[in-house]
Formats: sequence, C-alpha cells, structure tokens
Amino acid sequence: MSKARASLSRTALVHAALIAYTLVAVFPVFLTIINSFKNRNAIFRNPMQLPTPSTFDLVGYQTVLGQGDFAVYFQNSLIVTVVSIALVLLFGAMAAFALSEYRFRGNTLMGLYLALGIMIPIRLGTVAILQGMVATGLVNTLTALILVYTAQGLPLAVFILSEFMRTVSDDLKNAGRIDGLSEYAIFFRLVLPLVRPAMATVAVFTMIPIWNDLWFPLILAPSEATKTVTLGSQIFIGQFVTNWNAVLAALSLAILPVLVLYLAFSRQLIRGITSGAVK
Amino acid sequence: MTDATLSQGEMQAASRPRRWHIAVFLLPALVVYSAVMILPLFETLRLSFYNTVDGQSAFVGLANFKTLFGDARWAADFWNALKNNFIFFVIHMLVQNPIGVALAALLSIPKLRGAAFYRTAIFLPTLLSFVIVGFIWKLILSPIWGVSPYLLDLVGLKSLFAPWLGKPNSALIAVSLISVWQYVGIPMMLIYAALLNIPEEVIEAAECDGVTGWAQFFKIKLPLILPAIGIISILTFVGNFNAFDLVYTVQGALAGPDGSTDILGTLLYRTFFGFQLQLGDRSMGATIATVMFLIILAGVSLYLFVIQRRIRRYQF
Repeated sequence: MSKARASLSRTALVHAALIAYTLVAVFPVFLTIINSFKNRNAIFRNPMQLPTPSTFDLVGYQTVLGQGDFAVYFQNSLIVTVVSIALVLLFGAMAAFALSEYRFRGNTLMGLYLALGIMIPIRLGTVAILQGMVATGLVNTLTALILVYTAQGLPLAVFILSEFMRTVSDDLKNAGRIDGLSEYAIFFRLVLPLVRPAMATVAVFTMIPIWNDLWFPLILAPSEATKTVTLGSQIFIGQFVTNWNAVLAALSLAILPVLVLYLAFSRQLIRGITSGAVK
Repeated sequence: MTDATLSQGEMQAASRPRRWHIAVFLLPALVVYSAVMILPLFETLRLSFYNTVDGQSAFVGLANFKTLFGDARWAADFWNALKNNFIFFVIHMLVQNPIGVALAALLSIPKLRGAAFYRTAIFLPTLLSFVIVGFIWKLILSPIWGVSPYLLDLVGLKSLFAPWLGKPNSALIAVSLISVWQYVGIPMMLIYAALLNIPEEVIEAAECDGVTGWAQFFKIKLPLILPAIGIISILTFVGNFNAFDLVYTVQGALAGPDGSTDILGTLLYRTFFGFQLQLGDRSMGATIATVMFLIILAGVSLYLFVIQRRIRRYQF
C-alpha cells in the first residue's frame, strides 16, 4: 500500500504538464472540426472561435458529399480491413497453434522464419510485389491489397498468439483428446475461445496500419473503383486545396470513423497494449 | 511436464506416422507469407543486381550500387535522402522518445486522477492516418491561415513565425516534429506498461531508503525500463527508415522545397514508380530498396546481438 507521496503543489504541476500535452495532442483535431462548420469568412477571421449561429455553415460538407465517391472508398477500406483481419487471425492462430502445441523437426526454425517479418517491413519488396500482381492480373483489385495486408499482419499475429497459446492448459487439451476430439476440434472448440482476448489485441494492432496505409493503395490499386478512404481523401484534398471549407469538411469526415471507434474501444485497446502482449 | 508432452508426441508419431494436421495448420500462413512477403523481398534483392542492357535484362553485378553511390545523377539524391533520413531519425530519438518516457512517468504516478483521460487523449493522434495528420498540420502551419502566428502571439513570440514547411532550412525539422506529434503515443504506452510492471515492493524499498521523486525515477525506475526503451528505439529506427506517407502527404512526391525533406521512402517511390517527367526505373528502385533493407537489417542486428545482450535485465 503506498501512502500519498506527492505534496499538493507537485500534483498540481503534474496535472499542468499533462494538460498542456493533452492540449497539444487534441487541439489540431478540435480546431479542424470546429472550423469545418463555419463559413469561409469566419474560418479566416476567427479561427479559434466556436461556430455561432451567424457563422455556422455546412457548405464544405455539401461540396464533399456532392463530389467525391466517399461511400465507395469507405466500402473498399472496410472490405479490405475486415477481410485482412479475418485472414490474419485465422491463419495466424492456426500457425501459432501448430508452433506452440506440437513438437516437430524445424519447429524453432519455422518460428524464426515467421518472425522475420516483424522487423523487416514488407514495403521493401514492393518492386517484386507489383511485378507479381501484374503477372497474376491482380493489379487494381482489392484482392491484391488483402493479400499484402494479410502477409504483413501474420508475423506479429503468430508471435503474439503463440505466446498466449502456450499458457492454455495441457490438461484441458489432453482431456479433449481422451474424449475423442480431433486436433482440429481441439483447436477450434477448446483453444480459440480461450485466446479471444489476445485475438482482440492482434486485431487492433493489425487494423490501424491497414486502415491508414497509403503506400500499397497508391501503387497496387489506384483505380477509381478500388481506392481506399486514405488514398481517396489524399487525392480529393489535393484537388480542393484552395477550397478551405471542403478541405476541413473532408478532414473531419475522415477523422469521424476513427474517433468513434477509438472512443468506443479505447479501454480494450489500451488494456491490450499494456497487458504485456508487447513487453 | 515436458516429459508428458514429449511422450504424447511420440505416441502420436507412432500411431500416426504422418501428422498431417500440423501441415494443415501451418500451410495457409506459410503460403501467403512466403508468396507475398519473403519471395518478393528476395526477388527485389535479386533485381538489384540486374539492369536493362540493350533492351534485355542482364546481370550487372554491383553496377547499380556503383551508380547509386557514385553517379552524378543519382548520388546527390541518394546521399541527400540518406542524410535527411538520418536527421529524421535523430529528431525522433531526441524528441519523441524522451517526451514519451516523461509522459509515461507522469501517468504512472499512483492514484493520479484522470490518468485514463490523459492516456486516451494523448494516444489519439497515433490512430489518425498520415493523410489527416499531414493536411491538418499543413493548414495550421500555413501562413494564409493565421492560426500559428495567433498562437505565437499569445506567448509573445509572434516574430518567430515563418512558413516553416516552405523553407529548405526548416522543412525537414517541421515534418519530423509533425511525425513526432503523431507517434509519441507509442513510446508512451510501451514505457507506461513497463513502469506498471515494476513491483510495488521495489518502490517501497526505495522509499524506505529515502529515495523519492527525481532520484527514484533516475536511479530505480529508469534502469528497470531500459529494455523497453531499447524496444522503442529499434521500433523507431525501423519505422523511420521505412517512412514515406507523411512526407508524401505534406510535401508531395518531390519532397520539397528543393528536396530538403526527401527521405529514402520518397526516393524509392519516385525512382521505382516514376513521377511527372521522370520514368519509373525498376532496377534502380530495387537497388534503393536493397540499400534500405541492409540499413534496417544492420540496425536490427545491432539491437539483437549487441544492445539487447548488454542491457541488464532484472528479475523479480
């Protein structure tokens, strides 16, 4: 039990420092959102002011929603992210189970091989990846992105999940074997439900870089039908760079889904990071 | 325990000579990972030794590297990008990681009110995409919009304002600091987790000996979180020497003004994919990717084989 160590003035200083940095972190986002609801004059004359009835204006949103195919981009991002995460979790958990459960020749080597990708970024293989995608006719398809992101997410998923699967009790699995469960049933019905918290952590770690990636959509799938939200807003904002209302509205719309998801899941996310999965 | 699993494995091996399920479990991950990641990586490394000679792809040995390091047309760009990338990394190490450690130290003060709120708010920028971060800061630092001069005026420093992103001297520092702003949440969280793992008894023992406050942090906690600081350093290194998105969003593929924010990622993009009048060059792209690979490999090896082994770990 720790007694209250800090004197009052020290606590105040700590809070002052944290509040100051919190302002630095949140202020740019806040500024963008409040100004997206104002008219052009007010944006320039009083950038710091909250929108008032006289300066309130939705013209930026009207421009954005009337121009870009944001619904399509959003759908593309969603498909790519969800399918990639599902594949990373399924394939990653299967491989992690094989590595942590069975002793076979080359087990350690296989683990090291799969862990290579944690440190070496997949981006460095882009030249040959593009070549391969051109050869197989996958350029400008969402499949290309899904394949790349699945490969990118697997190393960390296998690493984290196999650490967790080692903690699942052997007695439980052996009891299942005695009851005549096949190895597949043991994996799907006994082990998977027990590592669900670790799966959630992996899902979050996999999701953020996929959703935010600009490099692979730019190179592998830049066509209008396959643009992701990140690439779509990059190009859209680039075109409207002088229309401040539209730019601010587009930025606010791009922030919104991330902000909502984050506020809903921040507890799980932070618990996942601090639970020791990435010690 | 180990005996049990061993004999069980042997029993299985005896009753079923081939344990097909192991292959079934491993295969999907192995196929996707090998086909989309490892093979292209090696193919890229291989391509760096080839170039088009008389319209035909031919083995040229180290000629591409010689061109990259020495040819007048390439070398200036390459050394400039490498130097900038190094500065980019140094700024992250000097600004991002100390701020991250400091914030984590403040957040881990026991019974701090509102810690969850601060944590959530400070981690927010890390989740935003580079596109959002890049454009927000482009707007805020823009001399057209009076936000930065206005804020500087509040603290009486208005005269310091300059269009930082547009000046060759300050653009790289400005872009690096934007990246620091975005990523400070990651070192903060990892260090925070490490600090929470320090057992209460250690801290109590320190207090009994009269070691508190700053002394406690530097003499007791800092040595205990050194392994975590090692991890964030290598993560920063790999992330920085592979960075591209933020510079591309803020300064475009040419990484202006005048190439002053060009890093290896943007150089790779322009070289391999082409930009405006410049045609894409596959072999030179592969060569730059190979150099980046070697730099990252050197950094990771240094960490794994030298630094990680020297860091003293404490077990509780």
